[in-house]
Amino acid sequence: MSSENSTLVKLNNAGFKQNDKWLVEGVSLTVEKGKIVTLIGPNGSGKSTTAKIALGIYKNIEGSVEKYTNKVGYVPQKISIDWTLPLRVYDFMLLTENIKDEVIDEALTLTGVIHLKNKNLGNLSGGEFQRVLIARAISKKPELLVLDEPVQGVDYTGEIALYELIKRISDTLNCGILLISHDLHTVMTATDHVVCLNGHVCCSGSPMDVAKNNEYKTLFGEQASQILSVYEHKHDHVHSDKGEIKKN
Amino acid sequence: MFDDFFIRALIAGLGIALVTGPLGCFVVWRRLSYFGDTLAHSALLGVTLAYSFELNIALSVFIISSLIALILIQLQKKTNLPGDALLGLLAHSSLAVGLVVIGFLTFIRFDIMGLLFGDILAVTTDDLLIIWTGGAVILLVLKLIWKPLFASTVNYELAEAEGLNPDRAKAIFTILMAAVIAISIKMVGLLLITGMLIIPAAMARNISDSPQKMVLFSIIGGLLSVLLGLFSSLEFNTSSGPSIIMASLILFILSLFNIKQSIKLKN
Repeated sequence: MSSENSTLVKLNNAGFKQNDKWLVEGVSLTVEKGKIVTLIGPNGSGKSTTAKIALGIYKNIEGSVEKYTNKVGYVPQKISIDWTLPLRVYDFMLLTENIKDEVIDEALTLTGVIHLKNKNLGNLSGGEFQRVLIARAISKKPELLVLDEPVQGVDYTGEIALYELIKRISDTLNCGILLISHDLHTVMTATDHVVCLNGHVCCSGSPMDVAKNNEYKTLFGEQASQILSVYEHKHDHVHSDKGEIKKN
Repeated sequence: MFDDFFIRALIAGLGIALVTGPLGCFVVWRRLSYFGDTLAHSALLGVTLAYSFELNIALSVFIISSLIALILIQLQKKTNLPGDALLGLLAHSSLAVGLVVIGFLTFIRFDIMGLLFGDILAVTTDDLLIIWTGGAVILLVLKLIWKPLFASTVNYELAEAEGLNPDRAKAIFTILMAAVIAISIKMVGLLLITGMLIIPAAMARNISDSPQKMVLFSIIGGLLSVLLGLFSSLEFNTSSGPSIIMASLILFILSLFNIKQSIKLKN
């Protein structure tokens, strides 16, 4: 199914340790052109860490990461920008690449924040800033998009519209997307591959495979398992408060 | 109309202001003012070594400042001490070593005041050449690394993730800092160089809403400070370095009024 040259980034048994504690370990996944890979898992399960490993932000990693593209758009989960910098939305759009004005306008229009183009970045609300972040990432016409909870703080209708936009971008640009999200209902319909993390890969596969993978299906029936059980499936192990794995 | 030395001082000062303007913006944005101070303090050691081994002063200062920057990076990796403590350690110990070395060089008469606060009379035609060619190279390199340096100043992870190599840009910027101190040490003096970097940039921040404007206003502020400072030093017979810094301080104070006005206009 997958040919080698459609691979954008590949993690082989990758892990990252900070202060002698594993943030995540043993992750293998592949993002291909035109495909959406979604990472799910509870807080602290290593989703953002996995994204940063894939992006090459973390250098001293265990295992290996192969990156086949340099055209990357990144929407980080947390972004600490020094607001004392005089920075307008327009300047921020040009941060890592020189982009034509029309393309900037188009991206800002798509995410619904074109009216903020000349506003100071520090004066935006959380949701507005999130839309600007997405606009910046897609305006680069990247081959690989890494979206770490891209719609956090966005209002409900905006959330749906933005997910539709992300799906459309993946189709039109034929770019690969590594998505981190909590909103399973919206995400599952558009995702090609799901990786469930909890410090390591609990399970992975197509949304249906992951849903069927566990015993929740028998407990809650076919319908519930398609949406909810992906998130709340039964694990064959529990985690101690130190993050160690204990088999049931 | 003016003496030759004054014309030379003007040309030198304006050349320095062109370089300190944009570099100063990064010093403010990246919170490097104390780092600039440390490099400037180490410049004294550079000057004494220049005299001891009959080297060019700018070259010697550049080498010592770069060396201090390298040592700082190594110390940061090897110890758990906070950055400002390491900077203080390097600043004062290099200053002390420089002063002790001066003590041994009894055969040379040092103008310590000139070293600390700059000396208008000391600027020679050779210095002008160093300032303008050195300055041109610094600006050119800064233009080349602008994108990764600015992007990583805004957000390191974005720059790294999107393939801009921010670590290399940071290392090059450190060398540029050493270079700007090397070319301006004679003119402004080692105690006041950081002021020349920070004050025009701080003034520019007050009246700018974009990074490009801030750089532009910072350069204009620096040029005006040099002009105002040098003419007033001629008029009132004050030392040149402090006069330039005072002029930039006055511009900074004026820029504060501009803020209040613009807030009033908004309301």
